[in-house]
Amino acid sequence: MPESLLETEGLLKRFGGIVATDHVSLTVRPGEIHAVIGPNGAGKTTLIAQLAGELRPDAGRIRFAGADVTALPVHARSALGLARSFQVTSILPDFTALDNVALAAQAHAGHSFRFWRDARREAALQEPARAALAEVGLAGRADVPARDLAHGEQRQLEIAMALATGPRALLLDEPTAGMGREDSERMVELLRRLRGPYALLLVEHDMDAVFSLADRITVLVYGRVIASGPPEAIRAHPEVHRAYLGEEEPAGA
Amino acid sequence: MRPRLHTVVLVGGLVLLALVPVAARLLDAPYALTLFARMMIWAVAALSLNLILGYGGMVSFGHAAYVGVGVYTVGILSAHGVESGFVQWPVAVLASALAALAIGAVSLRTSGVYFIMITLAFAQMLYFLGVSLKVYGGDDGMTLAHRSRFGGLLDLEHPTVFYYTVLVLLVGLHYLVHRLVHSRFGLVIRGARSNERRMRAIGFPTYRYKLVAFVIAGTMAGMAGVLLANFAKYMSPAFMHWTRSGELMVMVILGGMGTGLGPSLGAFAFLFLEETLSGYTEHWQLVLGPILVGIVLFARRGLAGWLEPGAGRHA
Repeated sequence: MPESLLETEGLLKRFGGIVATDHVSLTVRPGEIHAVIGPNGAGKTTLIAQLAGELRPDAGRIRFAGADVTALPVHARSALGLARSFQVTSILPDFTALDNVALAAQAHAGHSFRFWRDARREAALQEPARAALAEVGLAGRADVPARDLAHGEQRQLEIAMALATGPRALLLDEPTAGMGREDSERMVELLRRLRGPYALLLVEHDMDAVFSLADRITVLVYGRVIASGPPEAIRAHPEVHRAYLGEEEPAGA
Repeated sequence: MRPRLHTVVLVGGLVLLALVPVAARLLDAPYALTLFARMMIWAVAALSLNLILGYGGMVSFGHAAYVGVGVYTVGILSAHGVESGFVQWPVAVLASALAALAIGAVSLRTSGVYFIMITLAFAQMLYFLGVSLKVYGGDDGMTLAHRSRFGGLLDLEHPTVFYYTVLVLLVGLHYLVHRLVHSRFGLVIRGARSNERRMRAIGFPTYRYKLVAFVIAGTMAGMAGVLLANFAKYMSPAFMHWTRSGELMVMVILGGMGTGLGPSLGAFAFLFLEETLSGYTEHWQLVLGPILVGIVLFARRGLAGWLEPGAGRHA
């Protein structure tokens, strides 16, 4: 069994009387896609926020690449190679697509207390940025202001920004949210290419995408893990059917 | 595309400013020299505020405080007989940097309305500190005997020399800010204005960068204070009053937030309006008000928006 890259142990988060994350323990191995699914309100985004460092858990540990990162702030986790994309598109709308990605590269190319040289002329930032844009299929849109990109393109841009930080693991919160069929398929293809070089923790509603991509799936209901395992096992899991998938067979079953 | 207009205004404006002392002498209008020197000094202050307000999105409503620290440092040193500019200027700049560091370190932990209020509160504290300094004239302020002395190097008492000193500093600081906002550092603070949460997620400890920007702006404002103390030969808490901070914000908005030439254009326009309109009525701000509303509603990028297509819009 390969060692884990990202690991949580007994993660607990309460909001008032609601337990949003209820003793969640899960592992993401290097190079795998680990999908987290669950009905609305299951605590998926809360889980991602704790992994990324935006929310501090009330109890439990988060380990990344062998280090305990439970107490580290967002930027420090990013420095260790943990990148994320947001459920609601989060980009720098006032900057071009290239600027967005170049800034992500800049965040991981030494400190930015450099006050004189024109950052847009630094090849060391521009080249990796262009490469990341090409990787997600936005090479031709580099100079378009991010606010003017189509929704699907903005989602791709988010992934490019995450890639440009030189990550080892990506936390992706519903990368296909709000996408049409075609964009969605393109995103699934992109994620498939990313498996291997990167470990992916994927929160996703699109069951077609989840079951075709994931190496392992964890099912959250009311903050609790009710099942975790390879797709076939999840598909066959009776409690999953009852709690989440209802009468319906999961897609592709 | 009108980048040419921008260049014309930049070069033309510089030539005109450089010729003011000549024209003032030819037309026997020494007052013009005073007016333009005052405009340029406030332009330095507006330039510094634009760095954090326009580029950094930090709505500091107490920027006059750092101008005041500069004024008072020069004034207090002068009152104790320390008139050398080689002492006064560095001490004043350092003092305003420290004030900005202390105030910024606390204020930047908040955001939105709280940030506006807390910067205002700190500035008012400094204002009342000035009022309470009876030794230095309290509310009335105090006159300075001389301008800063630079040995035989620079005679600031000479109006023309003083004028060109201010002009050179204004141009130099404009260039400095221009470099700054296109540097790595500049892109980080502009990115934080655009989407701070995202900047943190891609790995920037934004607080540190914003604090450094805040200190740089405070230091430059302190420099404006140094010039102001020398210009007026006078120190007074009035320089730190919150309405002064408000005027600085008006200058920046009028000229165009987050634009290169905006702060200077705004400062010149504001003081020009004050100068001409206050000749007709003391309620000249009745005219300024509608102009400002018009700018905010229809020309977000202010006066510079007409000169620099694209500036401010694409950050």
